[in-house]
Amino acid sequence: MIISGKAYVLGDNVDTDQIIPAEYLMYDPSRADERRLFGRFALSGVPAEQAGLPDGKVVFVDQGDEENSRSEFGVIIAGKNFGCGSSREHAPLALAEAGVKAVVAESYARIFFRNAVNGGYVLPLESPRRLCEMIRTGQEVEINMAGPSLKVADSQKGTIELRGLGDVSAIIEAGGLFAYAEQIGMIR
Amino acid sequence: MGMTITEKILAEHSGREQVRPGEIVWVGVDVLMTHDVCGPASIGIFHERFGAEAKVFDAGKVVVIGDHYIHTKDEKCLRNVDVLRDFVKEQGIRYFYEPGTESYRGVCHVALPQEGHTRPGEILLGTDSHTCTHGAFGELATGIGNTEAAFVMGTGKLWLRVPETMRFVFDGQLDERVMAKDMILTVIGDIGVDGANYRSMEFTGATVKDCSMEERMTLCNMAVEAGGKNGIIAADEKVEQYLAKHDKSGKKYTLLGNDRDAKFASVHEYDAKEIEPMVARPHSPANRATARSLKGVSIERVYIGSCTGGKTTDMAAAASLLVGRSVKAETFVVPATVQVDNDLDEQKIDGQSLREIFERAGAKIGRPSCAACLGGPADTFGRVNEPLRCVSTTNRNFPGRMGHKGAEIFLASPMTAAASAIRGEITDPREI
Ligand code: SF4
Repeated sequence: MIISGKAYVLGDNVDTDQIIPAEYLMYDPSRADERRLFGRFALSGVPAEQAGLPDGKVVFVDQGDEENSRSEFGVIIAGKNFGCGSSREHAPLALAEAGVKAVVAESYARIFFRNAVNGGYVLPLESPRRLCEMIRTGQEVEINMAGPSLKVADSQKGTIELRGLGDVSAIIEAGGLFAYAEQIGMIR
Repeated sequence: MGMTITEKILAEHSGREQVRPGEIVWVGVDVLMTHDVCGPASIGIFHERFGAEAKVFDAGKVVVIGDHYIHTKDEKCLRNVDVLRDFVKEQGIRYFYEPGTESYRGVCHVALPQEGHTRPGEILLGTDSHTCTHGAFGELATGIGNTEAAFVMGTGKLWLRVPETMRFVFDGQLDERVMAKDMILTVIGDIGVDGANYRSMEFTGATVKDCSMEERMTLCNMAVEAGGKNGIIAADEKVEQYLAKHDKSGKKYTLLGNDRDAKFASVHEYDAKEIEPMVARPHSPANRATARSLKGVSIERVYIGSCTGGKTTDMAAAASLLVGRSVKAETFVVPATVQVDNDLDEQKIDGQSLREIFERAGAKIGRPSCAACLGGPADTFGRVNEPLRCVSTTNRNFPGRMGHKGAEIFLASPMTAAASAIRGEITDPREI
């Protein structure tokens, strides 16, 4: 599987309040009209200087259009400990609603990682290298899940190896916790 | 090969003789806790996946509690509680602590032990990252997401990766103005906000043994701020005494310790005498400094509350400095639970109740709940609606956590918070 999209680059310790601030948690993700609002406000808590590195101040979701809840960026590149803080599943859900397919970070906070995997929202990939200092917001990137590896379009960087997903890859491939449990016959 | 406490609990709950770090095991869950923020979404997923007629795996093992967004007029917040109430009724769930009624208790992580839902050797999963607090009772307790909670509701099971254990050993006596909050801020400052990522943090040593149950809860509460999966303290006679008072279930429990040849990822030793009153500066719980080194930094607000710093012993510690004094910085006091709120009247220092001390000092006392610990709707008591500088006994100081993105939150112990309130600037409580 190949995932491609424009990169949105963030730094270390992006917490769940930055991904989706607490003031939006009262919306109900099981109602379609409210679920899209999570996309609309995804990453709205990131301080301006950190939003879209290296320059910052890059809008993730255009707020000007009332109806818009999608981002032009399909891949998040981040530093260490992405998704730390609260247990809110709204965080990976918000990214997915905004159209994000994959996050590539140096490491994750465990609850974000579990939510991303078990909810089947976005692919949480790990990079042994500090990609947030190698990739610029707006560059086109391509992730090849066989490997997995990452390539930056129009650059001399070549192919960057990412860390394999190990034991949880079966859950990711199934599409999340419920689908996986069905596959192994745990639930019907 | 020997096992740690956390490994033993995982082995026992997955029906295995032995587990090793890194393995994934399916465990049976003893208690599933959910609240008004994540409950409605979990319930939605539960019905969507298991069907409209589905029943929870055990109506006596699911605990539902409203505590986060409750003293507000915000309609969507109040709607969340309606969803919980309907679900509890439909499922016949035994334990529901409902806002606005007799059964209301307050913040989940303090209320659950008080109501006897926290027992050593068990597994408690909760849709809240600070579920690790319950590790103070020798229980494996950790936070999970909504999809996971829905899955547990239906099956009583979940996969967990066996974590490696990091050991934090404290020996010696703390200064009387130094608290568990200072110990954990010291640790987080040392290892960083991802220093215990995917791992278990065990707190041990004579100092920890001397700590009250509530102080032990403060240690485990902030394990997640270092990325920890769980915090854990071997259960001892203090836990037994606490359970004798609070646990009405009559269930048997076991006091587990590490095997002698258990393996640890690392061991960190601390001399309690050297621990000072600590502050975590904006915007990270690891951005540590001694309170003394920040002397003179002016503040406009103090917040004393939350599952970290709003327990009875926290209130008593803050009041011990405020007695006979008044605050210079606007001060908000929020008891974590109804029990703590009652204790404000019951407990006395120099003949004055804690409530009288706070009121006479000029602090405002709110109703028991999470209140401004996580910002919440604009009408939340104590919410930081402007770019203020605030000393808070809570656990997180990420940008915007308590409301305004431009606010600067300094995390500290209840004593440091009280001392800072008195002077209107960050103050080492040993100076008062
Ligand atoms: S008091 Fe704060 S940290 Fe504790 S459960 Fe409530 S919101 Fe979470």
